[in-house]
Amino acid sequence: MDMSEKGLIITAAPHLRDRVATPRIMQVVFIALMPAALCGVYFFGPWAAINLVVGVASAVLWEYAIQKIWKFDITISDGSAALTGLLVALTLPPAVEPWVTALACLIAIGPGKIVFGGLGYNIFNPALIGRTFAALSWPSVLSAGYVAADGITAWKRGFDVVASATPLGLLKTGEIGATSLSRFYGPLFFGNVGGSLGETSAIALLIGALFLLFAGIITLRIPLVYLLTTAGLAMLFNQDPIFHLLSGGLILGAFFMATDYVTSPIKPAGQIVYAVGLGIFTFMIRMFGSYPEGVAFSILLMNCFVPLIERFGAQKRFGEVRNRA
Amino acid sequence: MKELFIILLSTILVNNYMLARIMGTCPFIGVSNQFDTAMGMAAAVIFVMSLAAAVTWMVQYYLLVPLGLGFLQTVSFILVIAALVQLIEMIILKMSPTLYRALGIYLPLITTNCAVLGVAVINVREGYNFIQAVISGTGGGIGFSLVLIAMAALREKLNTAPIAKSFQGFPLALIITAQMAMAFLGFSGFNLEKLFGL
Repeated sequence: MDMSEKGLIITAAPHLRDRVATPRIMQVVFIALMPAALCGVYFFGPWAAINLVVGVASAVLWEYAIQKIWKFDITISDGSAALTGLLVALTLPPAVEPWVTALACLIAIGPGKIVFGGLGYNIFNPALIGRTFAALSWPSVLSAGYVAADGITAWKRGFDVVASATPLGLLKTGEIGATSLSRFYGPLFFGNVGGSLGETSAIALLIGALFLLFAGIITLRIPLVYLLTTAGLAMLFNQDPIFHLLSGGLILGAFFMATDYVTSPIKPAGQIVYAVGLGIFTFMIRMFGSYPEGVAFSILLMNCFVPLIERFGAQKRFGEVRNRA
Repeated sequence: MKELFIILLSTILVNNYMLARIMGTCPFIGVSNQFDTAMGMAAAVIFVMSLAAAVTWMVQYYLLVPLGLGFLQTVSFILVIAALVQLIEMIILKMSPTLYRALGIYLPLITTNCAVLGVAVINVREGYNFIQAVISGTGGGIGFSLVLIAMAALREKLNTAPIAKSFQGFPLALIITAQMAMAFLGFSGFNLEKLFGL
């Protein structure tokens, strides 16, 4: 911040700071999320569209306002705020009252990102900080926002909504059993099932994920290990692994949030530890926690431990002697 | 045996003294700015907590209960913990003067670390037997240490971040703690009995 005041700056390596690439990456991820967002709008009706617009617009607005008031460099043009806003809207219920989306975006952008020094320094996934904050603060408002995924019928109803439970919610309350859940496979795959705005359609999310993989934005390591760990644990506990893979925010979280450059480990071994941890926490919270879904919590939990994971197996500087404290 | 595992996991994750019960914030914020100091503090807290759990349990059931002095619980527990911390202070001073200097004021502050007193009081409230009390103390210490060390690594990573002056140090540490506590809320109501098939 005050480097420029000191005049001559001598810093240690690495010096590489590629700012040019950031907007492009954000754009590609934004585009990759479009299939899921459009599916959400189609299945859930007009409220979903409103929440998406409110999410993106308010996130950009909050970032501009905070940086303007505090006289920071204004960074809305790097596209990260818009992406955070989109992710907040996608992880919230489709028909949640829009003020919740707007406030979740404020928490995501302010305490989630800017206080750490901006993009690249935040330790938690900002969108999930915003989402979790909203989920913990207004649980009843959020649960009222889960509506039936009726497609055209939902649009015909307009702003009237029909509440609907999510499959994971039904599993938690014991209304559906642990086995013979294959009737959910189709709806979970295509998206005509209750859930958060952007998480219900597995196929739309996978198309986006493939796009990210081919664009070279993400690698398969974290998502694959995360999904396999969850599925493996499901089999171990006599649950339906396919149901667990397709339901909730697992695919959205695994491909679009667990792979966030800033909040995930860099080294391959660290990434595997991180992804296994994600899988364990997600499954454990789904099965034994008081919340139906654990993806957001487990990503935030593992975010806490990323620097610690990175510390283990850190390369020793040549000639370094471990000093005894 | 399963029961002990449940107590251990519960005190480490579900009822983490720092992030779920919000006890021991002072040393948590105070010593988490350096990784090595945090490691030393972590070891000291685990040691003090398990020992305090054992000693306070004996004080409760061999002294306070037979003599009908239950109302002296808080005072006597604080006294016992203070004596234990003094002992550890002397041991660390002998064994590692560097760590002693690094821990500075925070070592004697373990005395007033409400997490240590919290372990002692909660053990009595839960009606734990001696083994359960010691496990609960050790778990509490491990849970506290886990988040303390993670916090130290986080803050070390943020050393190079261009944080606004008004947020540097203490304020940001509190914000991070709040966000960690939000993440740990995922464990709230965690049904460990079901996990272990009880």
